[in-house]
Amino acid sequence: MADTQTVKLKIKRQDGPKAQAHWEEFEIPYKSGMNVISAMMDIAANPVTKDGKTTTPIAYDSNCLEEICGSCAMLINGKARMACSALVKNLEQPITVEPLSKFPLVRDLAVDRNVLFENLKKVKAWVPVDGTYDLGSGPRVTPQKQEQAYPLSNCISCTICMEVCPQFNESTGFVGAATISQVALFNDHPTGAVLKEERLHALMGDGGIHECGYAQNCVESCPKGIPLTRSISRVAGQVMLQTVKDIFSR
Amino acid sequence: MANPKIIVVGGGLAGLSAVIKIAEAGGNVDLFSIVPVKRSHSVCAQGGINAAKNLKGEGDTTEQHFDDTVYGGDFIANQTPVKEMCDAAPGIIDLLDRMGVPFNRTPEGLLDFRRFGGTLYHRTAFAGATTGQQLLYALDEQVRRYESEGRVTKYEHWEFLSAVLDGNRVCRGICAMNLRTMEVRTFPCDALIIATGGIGAIFGKSTNSVVCTGSAQSALYQQGAYYANGEFIQVHPTSIPGEDKLRLMSESARGEGGRVWVPRTLHDKRDPRSIPEGDRFYFLEEWFPKYGNLVPRDVATRAIHRIVYEEQLGIDGQPMVYLDLTHIDRHTLDRKLEGILEIYEKFVGDDPRVHPMKIFPGMHYTMGGLWVDFKQATSIPGIFAAGECEYQYHGANRLGANSLVSCIFGGFTAGPEAVKYAKSVAKASADVPSSIYESERKRQMEINSRLTSSSGTENPFRIWRELGEIMTRNVTVTRYNKNLIATDTKLVELLERYRNINLSDKGAWANTSFIFSRQLYNMLQLARVITQGAARRDESRGAHYKPEFPERDDANFLKTTKAYFAPDADEPRFEWEAVDTSIIKPRPRRYDMAK
Repeated sequence: MADTQTVKLKIKRQDGPKAQAHWEEFEIPYKSGMNVISAMMDIAANPVTKDGKTTTPIAYDSNCLEEICGSCAMLINGKARMACSALVKNLEQPITVEPLSKFPLVRDLAVDRNVLFENLKKVKAWVPVDGTYDLGSGPRVTPQKQEQAYPLSNCISCTICMEVCPQFNESTGFVGAATISQVALFNDHPTGAVLKEERLHALMGDGGIHECGYAQNCVESCPKGIPLTRSISRVAGQVMLQTVKDIFSR
Repeated sequence: MANPKIIVVGGGLAGLSAVIKIAEAGGNVDLFSIVPVKRSHSVCAQGGINAAKNLKGEGDTTEQHFDDTVYGGDFIANQTPVKEMCDAAPGIIDLLDRMGVPFNRTPEGLLDFRRFGGTLYHRTAFAGATTGQQLLYALDEQVRRYESEGRVTKYEHWEFLSAVLDGNRVCRGICAMNLRTMEVRTFPCDALIIATGGIGAIFGKSTNSVVCTGSAQSALYQQGAYYANGEFIQVHPTSIPGEDKLRLMSESARGEGGRVWVPRTLHDKRDPRSIPEGDRFYFLEEWFPKYGNLVPRDVATRAIHRIVYEEQLGIDGQPMVYLDLTHIDRHTLDRKLEGILEIYEKFVGDDPRVHPMKIFPGMHYTMGGLWVDFKQATSIPGIFAAGECEYQYHGANRLGANSLVSCIFGGFTAGPEAVKYAKSVAKASADVPSSIYESERKRQMEINSRLTSSSGTENPFRIWRELGEIMTRNVTVTRYNKNLIATDTKLVELLERYRNINLSDKGAWANTSFIFSRQLYNMLQLARVITQGAARRDESRGAHYKPEFPERDDANFLKTTKAYFAPDADEPRFEWEAVDTSIIKPRPRRYDMAK
């Protein structure tokens, strides 16, 4: 039976930001180890729908296919996740595939997630080194500190935490969990801490950390298991202290 | 020229390193990338980055790092730049540390180091098993800082199509295509740095990311740049076979004590965990007692092929061997290797802390690339190259954890060199007649309209699969001249069929199959360079292995292969160049005993 197994997919298509969305259904041979990306690669090699209609290859973002570049986030059976690690054998069929819903659509499953990179600029998510010339080794760090920083530094900018957040929408302008977690990371770094106040101020105004409704969706959906809610509480505490400090230093 | 304009193409470690140096020196950079730079292929590097910091009391030195690298590369790398890289490596680690890379630490708070292949020292700094990701992010953050200061302008979702060359064949800019609007546009510059990474897609499935097609390098080769040592292709001994790609299982698994074995008898049906030591064949340890599981990649890969194809001892008769970590305690594994263990768990479904992993060699890296001089300049004036896309540092075989250091060192060299060149150019790109840009744009637009108007029967993705299959079969681990010639004939046939391509998608917006088809043409042209280069080298050296010529032949082949494109004949031509062996005299390369 194994060689006659097929995979059924239902994929949302949209030619461009202004075009009408529609669904297309595919039925293709199953291969062992198949994931949603390899299914779409097979469709590209033979772009024919279930009804035998010739169509176009599906547009989607992907790169590493190892869940580390953060490119291929999409809605699979309604759930925001990375398509490369979505193994077909674990998915109910027909597999529905849609683009993330909270970002401007480019085409089919590709969306524009540049907002996250802009947010990282606003909070100065970097260590401001003096220069790249030789200044000797960096600060000493205990293994415990490293083990705290490392998970936060694993964020792949997939934006799934923003997609699933009820507060991430146009009316709040909320920056989202990924950016706040980067603030936690850099505020904790011995050199990065020099920008701590600036980062906290960036999180105070409209769309800042107070928009968080503690729905916990982010931490449950993060493909890298980053303790996002812990980052949010820590940074919220820092923002609160900073607000008090600001009042007294006026 | 007071403030020259530099363009960097590619936003991986090499490209970002170059950008940082240029911006720091006060220059302005336009940075082009197919994907947002934070999603570049450098994120896939896992195990670590080499530098002889000697923090383990072993007496490691940069001279020793240099010797290991040249020896590991089987003496075909030019020695002067390799030595400079090894000398610079400890300083690079310090800088990355200062930038906030969360390297693993010793109890005293110093950088921790692990062992990697081809050396007997603990020389590899690491951040868990996601070192490439952590390094790329650190550089990405510094570039974002310069971007917010207005020094860097990013052009993400743009594909490099070609260089704009003036009447003297000097680079004056680039022609690129927007991957969403499909707009084709030229951008002037006074110097250009190419940092476009690997070429894995030429082999169909590899450990590389989707964007690693080699298209930019090939376009430049077709415009007159030399391509060097293309025949040296690294096949990583331990990858996880998959439908869409071969996922890397880092060498760090062996660096932390992982052991490679197969059951001594074929079709041993027992659960691997219940097979007693005496019935296991740890073939790397037996064949190479000094280096054991940490022989260089080409040596390990050929050993696995021998076990599977000659000794017929693959697991259950399949092309697979065990990579076993189950004897190491769970906490150590999680602390040092979690990232890669997760990949195996997610994509295979077994926990490698409990079950030995099943792995097989997969195409991983190109040692060859654009020819550059010791200052990273290609043979086209005004064009520099850094990172995997150039050929300079790894000879016939790259040592594990040397790629990250070569990317950063190459970028750090190329950036300032490009600025120096740009400042010395007599005429600024701003004074170059616009007709030069317009004619290159027109040439690219014509290629586009030929593609969209072509109404043949060939599907580009199917041509690509055939390309990958034949390249993997004939031009990777074991090479026979007869098969290489047959491969080149097939490549000519595929190029012929390419003319008969039919794009099922002719849309003018975010047309990914259109872009892919353009890349495919360049892949086919570059595949010929690799294949013919391999055919010409009648010896075995590093990753290049010919059973008909099993020995290294320094008398005839201690030389660099340089390919150039002959436009009239539409095929590569070859020249040879002497290798700089000014520091270490070539000696036989053996890993069954100490050097």
